[in-house]
Amino acid sequence: MRLDRELACREVVELVTSYLDDSLDPADRERFEEHLVFCDGCENYLDQMRTTIRLTGRVEHELPAELQAVLLEAFRGWRAS
Amino acid sequence: MQHALSHEDAQLVEGLRAGDEAAFAALMRMYGPGMLRVAQMFVSSRSVAEEVVQEAWLGVFKGIERFEGRSSLKTWIFRIVANTAKTRGVREARSVPFSSLGGDENETTVSPDRFLGDGERFPGHWAVPPGSWAGVPEARLLAAETMDVIRREIERLPAAQRAVLELRDIEGWSADEVCNALDLTETNGRVLLHRARAKVRAALEEYLR
Repeated sequence: MRLDRELACREVVELVTSYLDDSLDPADRERFEEHLVFCDGCENYLDQMRTTIRLTGRVEHELPAELQAVLLEAFRGWRAS
Repeated sequence: MQHALSHEDAQLVEGLRAGDEAAFAALMRMYGPGMLRVAQMFVSSRSVAEEVVQEAWLGVFKGIERFEGRSSLKTWIFRIVANTAKTRGVREARSVPFSSLGGDENETTVSPDRFLGDGERFPGHWAVPPGSWAGVPEARLLAAETMDVIRREIERLPAAQRAVLELRDIEGWSADEVCNALDLTETNGRVLLHRARAKVRAALEEYLR
């Protein structure tokens, strides 16, 4: 029997990043996971955040070619000095 | 001397000292994008941020001879970037308090009208719950247009939120690495990341609905 007050959805959504980073304390983590068991809305929210993170990870991360060229010049200049 | 250095770092340091262009190119590929993201948090424009990255590299070239490997090469490089960017940011008179870069103190990340009010039977529970994306085809999720939605939303984030999100979720850094490079407490770093992710999620929800 748990005496802890249940989490409301509006609290759950603010804990998602802590949950994913595994930085909730064990009691909060348990309450969070218990909430998800019966709450489709929050389960969807968590899934959407996971998808968001996955898609964000696909944003390209290259320096623009012009900047790369400038930096390479700087490197060659330093090497020659 | 280089007690803390990984084998890879040690090789890169040796290469750079020897003027090996391949070593430089590898470092630029690995850390260049992150350097630009860190710089952008401290200065006002993209072009100034690019200048900061150039200046920081000059600092790296100059310092590499005396680099002792007490921290990882990455940590050392990003300390140079942050210091260069901060100096530049002060010269630009943009030394705004950090908190103001992150958005409103009491900001909630999901619009309050998505939840039932305090007078309702289940206050704080969903009034308008998010739907499932399970039925959205992967091709649509990965489409160029969807990626544009994400990119645009990231560009609109306050500087600190943007920097944290980019380093964590695009560059794949750990929470610790991000907090070190940006001078954030663990809690601040997490709050900024959470707000940033929530905004990108909201933009996607709007777009995919």
